Amino acid sequence: MSNLRLFLMPILAVALAIATGALIIALSGSSPVDAYKALIDGSLSDSKSIGRTLEKATPLVMGGLAVAFAFKAGLFNIGGQGQLVFGALIAGAVGYGVTGLPWIIHTPLALLAGAVAGAMWGAIPGILKASRGAHEVITTIMLNFVALNMTDWLASKVWREEGVIVRTPHIESSAEIPRWGELPAGFFLAVVVAFLCWYLLRSTTFGFEIKSVGLNPNAASYAGISVKKIVIMTMAISGLLAALGGAIETQGVVGRYEPGFNAGLGFEGITIALLARTHPLAVIPAAVLIGAMEAGGSMMQFKADVSPEITDIIQALILIFVATPILVRWFLSQKETNELSVSTTWGS
Amino acid sequence: MSSNTLALEATGISKTFGSVKANDQINLEIQKGRIHALLGENGAGKSTLVNILFGLYKADSGIVKVDGEPVDLGRPKDAIDRGIGMVHQHFQLVPVLTVAENIVLGNEPSNKANVINIENAKEKVRELAEKYQLEVDTEAIVEDLPVGTQQRVEILRSLYRDADILILDEPTAVLTPQETDHLLQVLKKLASQGVAIIFITHKLREVLEVADEVTVMRNGQVVGSTTPAETDESGLAEMMVGRSVVLRVSKETASPAATILQVVNLRVQDDRGLMAVNDLSLEVRSGEIFGIAGVEGNGQRELVETITGLRTADTGSILIGDTSITEFSPRQISELGVAHIPEDREKHGLIGPHSVADNLILNRYYKSPFSNRGIRQQKAIADYAKEMVEKFDIRTPSIETPSSSLSGGNKQKAIAAREFSHNAQLLVASQPTRGIDVGSIEFVHQQLISQRDQGLAVLLVSAELDEILSLSDRIGVIYRGQLIVTANAADLDRNRIGRIMTTGSDSN
Amino acid sequence: MGFIMSDNPPKDIKQFFFNKRWWIITTVLLVVFTLWTSEFQQANTTSVLVSTLRHSTPLVLGAMCGLLCERSGVINIGIEGQMLMSAWGGFMVASTSGSLLLGVFAGIGIGMMMGGVLAGISVGLRGDQIIAGTVINIAALGITSFFFSLGRTLPSGKAQVIKLGPLADIPVAGRVLFSNKPITYLTLLMVPTLWFLLFRTKWGLRTRAVGEHPSAAETVGISVIGMRYLNVIMGGGIAGLAGAYLSLEAVGSFERVMTNGKGFVALAVMIFGRWNPVGAWGAALLFGYASAIQTQFQFRDWLTDDPQFIGIIPFIVTIVVLAGFVGRARPPASIGQPYSRE
Repeated sequence: MSNLRLFLMPILAVALAIATGALIIALSGSSPVDAYKALIDGSLSDSKSIGRTLEKATPLVMGGLAVAFAFKAGLFNIGGQGQLVFGALIAGAVGYGVTGLPWIIHTPLALLAGAVAGAMWGAIPGILKASRGAHEVITTIMLNFVALNMTDWLASKVWREEGVIVRTPHIESSAEIPRWGELPAGFFLAVVVAFLCWYLLRSTTFGFEIKSVGLNPNAASYAGISVKKIVIMTMAISGLLAALGGAIETQGVVGRYEPGFNAGLGFEGITIALLARTHPLAVIPAAVLIGAMEAGGSMMQFKADVSPEITDIIQALILIFVATPILVRWFLSQKETNELSVSTTWGS
Repeated sequence: MSSNTLALEATGISKTFGSVKANDQINLEIQKGRIHALLGENGAGKSTLVNILFGLYKADSGIVKVDGEPVDLGRPKDAIDRGIGMVHQHFQLVPVLTVAENIVLGNEPSNKANVINIENAKEKVRELAEKYQLEVDTEAIVEDLPVGTQQRVEILRSLYRDADILILDEPTAVLTPQETDHLLQVLKKLASQGVAIIFITHKLREVLEVADEVTVMRNGQVVGSTTPAETDESGLAEMMVGRSVVLRVSKETASPAATILQVVNLRVQDDRGLMAVNDLSLEVRSGEIFGIAGVEGNGQRELVETITGLRTADTGSILIGDTSITEFSPRQISELGVAHIPEDREKHGLIGPHSVADNLILNRYYKSPFSNRGIRQQKAIADYAKEMVEKFDIRTPSIETPSSSLSGGNKQKAIAAREFSHNAQLLVASQPTRGIDVGSIEFVHQQLISQRDQGLAVLLVSAELDEILSLSDRIGVIYRGQLIVTANAADLDRNRIGRIMTTGSDSN
Repeated sequence: MGFIMSDNPPKDIKQFFFNKRWWIITTVLLVVFTLWTSEFQQANTTSVLVSTLRHSTPLVLGAMCGLLCERSGVINIGIEGQMLMSAWGGFMVASTSGSLLLGVFAGIGIGMMMGGVLAGISVGLRGDQIIAGTVINIAALGITSFFFSLGRTLPSGKAQVIKLGPLADIPVAGRVLFSNKPITYLTLLMVPTLWFLLFRTKWGLRTRAVGEHPSAAETVGISVIGMRYLNVIMGGGIAGLAGAYLSLEAVGSFERVMTNGKGFVALAVMIFGRWNPVGAWGAALLFGYASAIQTQFQFRDWLTDDPQFIGIIPFIVTIVVLAGFVGRARPPASIGQPYSRE
């Protein structure tokens, strides 16, 4: 398959999904044209809306990177949501709990704390898989529920702000990630991280080991690569990336941790990763696309009276269309296995 | 006198896979009650042809007639209905089911409610086994059975469906000489009862021993037909390859020096917890090839995996030079100068989607000059790869091509290139020439001898007795995890080895 | 369990009990624990057991769906999505038509349709089964959330208990086993039925062959692709029944994300039960118990201030089971690998 076709597939998928979405909108009684116009208006029309789009896109970049990175080692990380909330909470805790530090130290410290929390949470399914063969799809999903409960508890019992609402106190201003005009600096941080991931996978020995394990763990272990170590480290990094997304969200957008925050981001990460065909750099435009849809959602409801969940459906459709052409292409050219053949069984 | 009606007749069979013409206008005539050998080297198209006859592939063109009538063989079921049965090279048996269940699968005796009558099934199998003298335990779980017995089950599977034409694809690849003899007897008996037999092999001796007729294939075409009476081994070999072939590797006697590998009282468990290597000891010296002869499944795999660090021993020790490696990781062992050609090149030897270049440095990607402080040095990798491709004559469009695109022989050459350039003191080679063309086989054999002459110690594990006999300086015969006999190659002959391989004892 | 765990029949009755010693020990421990926490009172013990059965029903149905697919060689990660869509679809149909039965059929139908999608992608197009299942989950989440409108109700309420005559009057057992709702009864009947079908009939033998060694089955004339399509779709129907159970029998309405991970717990149940319907049933009861004792904790005033810790019990149990047992459990050999003839 030529490279051009590989590139066109996701675009085709998006186009098809948008068209189908239009059909659904029409069936539910509204005008697709008005709806999409409002969507664009709310997401890309001026610097304020672009700012909103990039803001929404930031955790999507990180979530997509998390899933894509794990895919490279043949692992399916569905635990993005749990890793993300831990990152968000811990960053928020360090953000308000530590005082008297200058910005240059406090902000990175809070980010780091959140990232480490995510790395640890991501390492757990990695360890379970490496040592016991437990399939990460189930363990990560289970841990999502555990994480939601735990962060809930921490936010309501341990790091609770005085008052009725369950949330952590607002972070110190020294831990905030600024906006440059209307544009969130967090987005550019995410872009830098994406480039780092790309470089790591492409040009480092460690990246070579990760890809080798993902492509053929048997041969990789024959070549002396410790598959178990790679599995654990990859899941840890994947968790770190997702958690960093949460941390950036807390420090750059919300300013504190509230339970019920950004639910569903784990699955959105999968959509982004598949749309980007697990390429770290392609995650960026994919995230901006989905971010735009989310940013414009409320405008769409306001102006065209279309429920914003339609964007969820469009995302589901994108996923279906993206996954199916990939699968079709896999079926046609079985030799090109740089594609998404993920883990294949329950045990190691 | 043999009947004039042909059991099977194939005319003009052609099949193309991608750019490869696997079968090119093949004509084949199989008489009833005769054993017809289909001879050719790996990649000649024999398997493709019989898969078409069995309905697993659909021919692009050509006609197949069974008993004079043209048939359409779209699925195995069509072939089975027509009385064609097949014994596959890799057994098509369900490992977790019993012998009886495997044999009746698809034709199960049952009542109207589709409930299987298992006693009936077992009874029928027992009758069949007696009729053809193929003893089996109907209640045994197939994966617990030895390979020779599994093959019997596979044969019974076809006979249960009243096969008139029995195709066997490389049936003796996994058998000892004694089991092979027994199989050939069974085939003769079946033929005398009217069954037509198509027998695929690349072993010349078997052809001469048992076949009534021989068809030789090369590069997808039939290059000739003959009978054993009219030809001999070198004649057949020449037909197979198209030029005169060196059947025996010429080598000087070895002059071995220091001991490189010592295995002492090794015990290793297999994946199921059974003792696969059972108190085994051996020594390999620099400048000699030590061959391990034995039927697959007698502990060779576990032995090799333990030496290369992929498996942990229960007790016993392994020394490379003076260093005990029983606690070492695969990488540490590799660092000590141990190279390894794995048995399954697709699974363990190469990472398919990685480029040829990446695969050529797979054992040293983390070391300078290919990697510097964790960053890969692409230019150094490319330079080295180009050098290797030329030196080892690896046919590939470029060094960046994914290694999965290479032919079997070239894949093996790439692995050989990598392992021979390791600066190793010990090479562990498992089935190094399995499934590759004669030219590549010659190449690998020559490389092994020349490396030996330069001082490499080689531990060779192969199921091809001929390969062991022609390459080894010393031979150990393995049976149930122990070396029953270890001796100089000159002091052992094929029959003695075969007897030990089957029975485990050296006495007559 | 020679006649139950038919993959490796034991030699006699003593070996049977020895093989199942962990099940027996666990059951005894749990019975003791239950009696203790309910202070040996009949009412409390009964309510725990009833609750256990209630929680276990969707799990065992989900596990049977999963094992039907995996015994044929197809991993079904999308059970969660199938259950969710069927719960929603069944509810919508039932509330619009007024007929619970119609709703149940709708649920089953939706499950089968989604099974068809999974089969199409993974068997027909030979795509990655895990991605296919995830696609189903995400799609189900999106669609059910979008089309959900608050305020719908079932005209005649949810399914009612059917008492089986005098049997229902037996203390404890009567309440637990013989006073149940229709789908619950159906589920209890399905377990031995599926077991029998899988281990005693032609279809069952062929299914297992297809799942362990598809090419062996193909070479005796069985259509691997046909069997996989059939089983995945049927499995989908069972998952659909589970969904219908949730909205029409257990709760009586539809809530967003009402499955809440049950589809994934069902997979752990399937693995724990070694891909065997009876084993899965036992495992489902165990997990059901883990959910049911949450009420016991409340009753005993344990951790009432920190309900989140109780909430995580089923999920932790799932992880422990998966980590503890997968290594020793052997799935059907061909799962996850697409099959092609050439």
